[in-house]
Amino acid sequence: MDWAEGESVRSPEPTMTKLAQWLWALALLGSAWAALTTGALGLELPSSCREVLWPLPAYLLVSAGCYALGTVGYRVATFHDCEDAARELQSQIQEARADLSRRGMRF
Amino acid sequence: MASKEARRTPPKSRRRPEGRDPRQDKYSVLLPTYNERENLPLIVWLLVKSFSESEINYEIIIIDDGSPDGTRDVAEQLEKIYGSDRILLRPREKKLGLGTAYIHGMKHATGNYIIIMDADLSHHPKFIPEFIRKQKEGNFDIVSGTRYKGNGGVYGWDLKRKLISRGANFITQILLRPGASDLTGSFRLYRKEVLQKLIEKCVSKGYVFQMEMIVRARQLNYSVGEVPISFVDRVYGESKLGGNEIVSFLKGLLTLFATT
Repeated sequence: MDWAEGESVRSPEPTMTKLAQWLWALALLGSAWAALTTGALGLELPSSCREVLWPLPAYLLVSAGCYALGTVGYRVATFHDCEDAARELQSQIQEARADLSRRGMRF
Repeated sequence: MASKEARRTPPKSRRRPEGRDPRQDKYSVLLPTYNERENLPLIVWLLVKSFSESEINYEIIIIDDGSPDGTRDVAEQLEKIYGSDRILLRPREKKLGLGTAYIHGMKHATGNYIIIMDADLSHHPKFIPEFIRKQKEGNFDIVSGTRYKGNGGVYGWDLKRKLISRGANFITQILLRPGASDLTGSFRLYRKEVLQKLIEKCVSKGYVFQMEMIVRARQLNYSVGEVPISFVDRVYGESKLGGNEIVSFLKGLLTLFATT
């Protein structure tokens, strides 16, 4: 079969799952944040910076939530109602029934 | 995220089987049915209309899972009307699930492309010529209908249903980054060999099955094109979206999230 040979051309599947990608990204960002706020690397940030940095995860979480709600809300509001498609279908159903009956269809 | 271009890797040269003239392309429509005696003649009529107006070579494979309502009798009448080269009846004894229905149907398919759609009139055959145009345009492995893009949309959904649909789609896009905007829709065109490969890989059922197909397609570097479609919710019969569906959707989503 022609598809069997095509298979070998394809690159192998990525090994990391989506879950693992998320965990990695979170761990990376989390440890960077922790290192900076606790000054673990021995570098002292100016206090104004630290004041911003400390609650940053909470801010990010809240803005991600707002983004999600905003996006979903906007998409629900702009979800097309296909009135025309429904009307067209209804008239075609009548047409189909008439045509099929003429060809000997028993409904 | 949903607006991201669905195209993945550039198509590889192997894609077109040697020497096949595009005019010889044949499209096999797989129609799994269960209690669709009202809808089946209508969908078949619309399919025939759409294909013959666009001069496309086709066959319609009806896979009825032992419907008690006489769907099979209706299908036999249609076979007589349109001919057994156009309408193929490949019934099964009892309800055995969508994935196996596709496998069963594909065994008998003579086309090099497969179209899968619902037989309940929510998917209109008028979009098929657009699917085919799209497929040729980008030499895609899969063309998926989408309710969430461009002129796509739905009819007959209340606010709650829209909210659930959009919400579920949003979460799915964030978690799986699938490279296609409509994962739970089931109106798609596949290269036959691609569908065969994908079905082998897919393990889930119901809504999640359609979702898994696209996720696996991304894993295997198949390219996905998209065509906006209007989805008109079931004219006859009951539309189903209960708590059970939502729970199994979430379970499936998390499974795919953790395993792909």
